[in-house]
Amino acid sequence: MKKVLEEKPAESPPGPHEVPFTTISGRPIEPLYGPDRLSDFDYARDLGDPGQFPFTRGVHATMYRGKPWTMRQFAGFGTPGETNARFKYLLENGGHGLSVAFDLPTLMGRDPDHPLSLGEVGKCGVAVTSLADMETLFDGIPLDQVSTSMTINSPAAMLLAFYIAVGEKQGVPQERLSGTVQADILKEFIAQKEYIFPPRPSMRIIVDMIRYCTEHMPKWNTISISGYHIREAGSTAAQELAFTLRDGIEYVQWCVEAGMDVDSFAPRLSFFFNSHSDFFEEIAKFRAARRIWARVMRERFGAKNPRSWMCRFHAQTAGVSLTAQQPYNNVVRTALQALAAVLGGTQSLHTNSLDEALALPTQEAATIALRTQQIIAHESGVVNTADPLAGSYFVEKLTSDLEAEALEYFRKIDALGGMVAAVERGFPQREIQEAAFQFQKAVERKEKIIVGVNEYAMEEKPFPILYIDERASEEQIGRLQTLRATRDNERVRQGLARLQQAARGRDNLMYPILDAARAYATLGEMCDALREVWGEYEEPPVF
Amino acid sequence: MVAMPEKKSPPGGLASRKIRVLIAKPGLDGHDRGAKVVARALRDAGMEVIYTGLRQSPEQIVAAAAQEDVDAVGLSILSGAHLQICKRVLELLRAKGSGGVRVFLGGIIPAQDIPLLKKMGVAEVFLPGSSTQDVIRLIESSLPVR
Repeated sequence: MKKVLEEKPAESPPGPHEVPFTTISGRPIEPLYGPDRLSDFDYARDLGDPGQFPFTRGVHATMYRGKPWTMRQFAGFGTPGETNARFKYLLENGGHGLSVAFDLPTLMGRDPDHPLSLGEVGKCGVAVTSLADMETLFDGIPLDQVSTSMTINSPAAMLLAFYIAVGEKQGVPQERLSGTVQADILKEFIAQKEYIFPPRPSMRIIVDMIRYCTEHMPKWNTISISGYHIREAGSTAAQELAFTLRDGIEYVQWCVEAGMDVDSFAPRLSFFFNSHSDFFEEIAKFRAARRIWARVMRERFGAKNPRSWMCRFHAQTAGVSLTAQQPYNNVVRTALQALAAVLGGTQSLHTNSLDEALALPTQEAATIALRTQQIIAHESGVVNTADPLAGSYFVEKLTSDLEAEALEYFRKIDALGGMVAAVERGFPQREIQEAAFQFQKAVERKEKIIVGVNEYAMEEKPFPILYIDERASEEQIGRLQTLRATRDNERVRQGLARLQQAARGRDNLMYPILDAARAYATLGEMCDALREVWGEYEEPPVF
Repeated sequence: MVAMPEKKSPPGGLASRKIRVLIAKPGLDGHDRGAKVVARALRDAGMEVIYTGLRQSPEQIVAAAAQEDVDAVGLSILSGAHLQICKRVLELLRAKGSGGVRVFLGGIIPAQDIPLLKKMGVAEVFLPGSSTQDVIRLIESSLPVR
């Protein structure tokens, strides 16, 4: 590796007295906060007790005394057989739920033999090409005894169909399946960029899926509305809060416009936030998220069921904050970020492994990440009381400031005609890009110090990582060729034709997707069928 | 593709023209934060920067490099597909007679792959934590004096 740190930066760094006191998002912080900061503060209106509207202090009355957060670690690599073995290991060692990471061809709806899948199969997650792979992935794992979270977005409906079909083969009806598909297509356009179809048909798939789950899968969380990727792409804390919740408003709006009763589906919506390095700003962000969502659901959408008002969320520590340099320091960063998520009242948590900036985690690194959560839960004492930071002048002021900043973004996005229209015009994308560039400049000016990177650097030894070769790709292409030679190809052809017919009309797409999945149509074939009808989205490449 | 607005050859001709760089995102990955930050930093440093947008095949990247007559190509790869993709891009550049174009790589790259990549012909590999000033300096110093 190059010695980048011995070079003088182009601009000379400011002395200590010139470095501004700001959060990692650039928010100025005062030297002291006192009662004058909360002059119009009203406990019942602005906080309420935990479990009470507007849920600023948490969604449950007893918080972690009643129910600890779920420690849900994300895993997936190589072939379905390899990941199946890892899942069984996790379940045998006390895990309650599974969280599936898919590879890029799966995330993008491409079969492993497509030219763009070159070098990508099984690298960032597990390859799932058809129902046959899903059967292998969950072989020997009874689907009525685990909950499964699947990080899948553009082709979420197809992967959900594979999962339902595996349940049918195991004799587990869909009513008893529990888990989540991420299915948040808006944040794909905004930040993570794993979109396939244009925004409007993409939204239609999500609405069809929410309707299907509402009618048939009472234990399934239909969507995980995600700020994680928005933050990783470089947004500020307030932008993450604003864009995520405004995405949530957009989904609710589309479902209501499609004729659904808000209280029929809103209780199954869930959220997913980043837990970044700026300790108090993150805690304030989580508290503000609950307050904003409760008010939006009650006041903007007229929801009457208290469960519709609750912003239940999963959190993951900030992968982007971890450094390739001195990787053991990442354990400390992750512990602080995880503590912020717990003090912010998260319902479940993934802690990143110390080798996140180098590769997928080794088993050793993944174990330390899980132990970090267990130490917080069992040793730190923070679980003993709900929302312990409530009433802090600083935390309450930050919570209100973040809320105000998010509401200002809501006004701008509403004025643009909603989030789909804002995305089509590149508004959130530009805001995030600008914030990412400003942060990089601040680091290079040493206004923000990253330990081991722009300060306290040192010579290092090579670090052992998990290395994934091309074997998974060859195996996966072989399995696909066998499948195509042995399935009923006429049934597949008819299934894909019916899917296209539904896409051209207004019927719920979940039914033809399920039929095609049961016939062993591949994910790439189903997505290609829809690409022919809707086209593919390409964003204008601006920087 | 998008080019910066002031994309014009200066009156001095080739001898004094700006360094031209193609920033490309090959493969299926959409994580473009690094590519965009680097593109903007190179532009601010006075280079002419063309950004391909997402999910470009090696064929598309090499065609764009020839069409835009660039001095350097910067590839951003975080997905683990770097060995296959860099090999293909370098082969195609040589086959098209663009073997003089310098290829830079940024992303999540295992240390053990760096010697393989350099042997293949990658001029430099930038890992997480690299400063944009460093990228600028290495691109400038790697190109022939003109």
